[in-house]
Amino acid sequence: MPKKYDTPLLDELEKGPFPSFVTEMKKAAAKTDMAADALGQLERCFRDKKTHWKHGGIVGVRGYGGGVIGRYSDIPEDFPNVAHFHTVRINSTSAFFYTSKFLKEMCDIWDKHGSGLTNLHGSTGDLVLLGTKTDQLEQIFAEFSSRGWDLGGSGSAMRTPSCCVGPARCEWANIDTLDINYSITQEFQDEMHRPAFPYKFKFKTVGCAVDCNASIARADCSIIGTWKGNIAIDQAEVANYEKKGMNISEEIVGMCPSKCMSYDGKQLKIDDANCVRCMHCIAKMTKALKPTGEKGATILIGSKAPFVIGATLSWVIVPFIKMEPPYDEFKDLIRKMWEWWDEHGKNRERIGELIIRRGMREFLEYIGVEPVPQQVKEPRRDPFYFWTEADLQK
Amino acid sequence: MAAPQRRTDIGPPHYKDFLPPVIQKNYGSWKYHEIINPGVMVHVADSGDKIWTVRVASPRLLSTDTIRDMADIAEKYCGGYIRFTTRNNAEFLVSDEKNIEPLQKELKQKGYLAGGIGPRISNIVHTQGWVHCHSAATDASGLVKAIMDDLADYFTTKELPNKVRLAVACCTNMCGAVHCSDIALVGIHRKVPRVDHGNIKNMCEVPSTIAACPTGAISPDPAKKSLKINDDKCMYCGNCYSVCPALPISDPVNDGVAIVVGGKVGSLRSFPKFSKLTVPYIPNNPPRWPEVTSVIKKILDTYIAGAKKHERVGEWVERIGWEKFFSLTGLPFTFQHIDDFTIARETFRTAATFKW
Repeated sequence: MPKKYDTPLLDELEKGPFPSFVTEMKKAAAKTDMAADALGQLERCFRDKKTHWKHGGIVGVRGYGGGVIGRYSDIPEDFPNVAHFHTVRINSTSAFFYTSKFLKEMCDIWDKHGSGLTNLHGSTGDLVLLGTKTDQLEQIFAEFSSRGWDLGGSGSAMRTPSCCVGPARCEWANIDTLDINYSITQEFQDEMHRPAFPYKFKFKTVGCAVDCNASIARADCSIIGTWKGNIAIDQAEVANYEKKGMNISEEIVGMCPSKCMSYDGKQLKIDDANCVRCMHCIAKMTKALKPTGEKGATILIGSKAPFVIGATLSWVIVPFIKMEPPYDEFKDLIRKMWEWWDEHGKNRERIGELIIRRGMREFLEYIGVEPVPQQVKEPRRDPFYFWTEADLQK
Repeated sequence: MAAPQRRTDIGPPHYKDFLPPVIQKNYGSWKYHEIINPGVMVHVADSGDKIWTVRVASPRLLSTDTIRDMADIAEKYCGGYIRFTTRNNAEFLVSDEKNIEPLQKELKQKGYLAGGIGPRISNIVHTQGWVHCHSAATDASGLVKAIMDDLADYFTTKELPNKVRLAVACCTNMCGAVHCSDIALVGIHRKVPRVDHGNIKNMCEVPSTIAACPTGAISPDPAKKSLKINDDKCMYCGNCYSVCPALPISDPVNDGVAIVVGGKVGSLRSFPKFSKLTVPYIPNNPPRWPEVTSVIKKILDTYIAGAKKHERVGEWVERIGWEKFFSLTGLPFTFQHIDDFTIARETFRTAATFKW
């Protein structure tokens, strides 16, 4: 029987209507010594108002440079079963679809070799197995990989790509997010498992500008589905929305950012040439409006959290690219970006930071993309810019 | 028993093996969806086929017992098919309409909380906190539980002007989507890291530690074979500690939580936005952080009272102006609110037009 700790502070977090992580930890603590000590140590953290975890050391499985995050207690004398408490990242499925069969197998492996605690999912999108010992890692990897599952990314590598639910269950998907996600993951296995970049690199693929996977805020490469044709209007369905109480002039026409819509009480009209494809009208009147014509993606680069220069959102590099299997044009573009980043990036410098440091011009020239106004909100305000020898009169 | 044969570089299994048959059949041919109630929606395909989604909250940190239970439920009502959302909800995928009611009944009876669909508060994206992270300035799961207990009605029933996305990051590394959320918390430090001179040369690479500092506060200390920190320049971000364990920064008395507001990631109506600082610091008060939850409630109530239908928090604030936001919420405005980091001048008001 695992040791039972008193947890008066954590017990408070079992009260209330929302599902409790403490209850989850207690379920696992009844079964494994590791989870029991993790719970005991967490109570100590709550009492001391500080974390009791130390920096990770280098741990992993043979042949890989990532996928496992080392974690150690700073009070192992009190909680010996979490002296090692490493995280294993399992590469999730596209859009997090699972079968009960896999989930049960995963649970059996994890109860046997780890703490029985998981995260579904980690922030990047891995299936996270929370807490095991160094000597269990090879076994865990063999159990998963023999069943067709692999580790995710960590460190200065391509991280586990993720995507929105896309064409699997959404009428707004302009691209096959699940397939793109799967294809990127398979194409760049070496870049994922053997860290060789200046720093981490994340892909997130979403089917439209609603961006249900926070692609524009959390991916070095944001792939956002879009279209080039008109929005088809079903006027009968427009009338139905009005009948059901929607104020079309205020809620739809009035909130259109490009003011390209009008409604006279009978007909909804869209000036498609001036539409920026923000998705507001389509999201609110999904039965009435549908994009038509050529489908593809906008490729944006550079978003990240605030370290070191402050948070960034991804910015447009390629306004439109067709995204059809095997996605060779896209993958070649990515390879060129990585080549430039590998050449010039400093240790722990994300690709977006490098572009800001060396300039968009050098980056665009290297990857072979022409400057277009869609890449900027506005042109520069200052008169300081570069010319090359070729531009000057001899 | 022989150990199973390991394989490398195989990547994840193909997603098609995990899609319910109705999804495989109608892949890419969905026509529309409707929200039936806050915990159930139906997607209708061009073919007329339908799939119902029943969404329940999870604390993200799940035991194998609970995952097995979810798997059992999925087998009983969903042919074994289940998915998870980026906001840590579980979604039961129902192909047969007559299974919806018994599924909802069983979920309720077992204590699962259904909801989160539509203009509501969905689950909180968050980080590891004290559960499993070495750089946490606050806990994440505890804050999430305390906040969601307070706001559970907005998950299960009550409507808002638009969805409100919450996030918690336990330090400024921000593994959660805090920098672009409607209302979000970030764990912060307020004291300069302590230099463990004895361990710098064993544990840290000096050039990368110096480069990690965004304000140039770190320089070599050759006499001690160590580093020194210029206290006046340090902004306590903790990035140096990420690369150098001999620069511990956590401080139980002075660490705490900042609250940021008004971010979003979608492009609907207005550009994606960063979250902005509204409360620079609230001390850690586990297990339930009552001072934090009450400020969040105040901000949410002010948004509900003032926003137009479909306006996200950031859109509402931009319409009324930040000066109005501070007067309506009664939150104090301090020196910490005025940016003095990398983009400061972009945030200064360069017009004489504002509200009293």
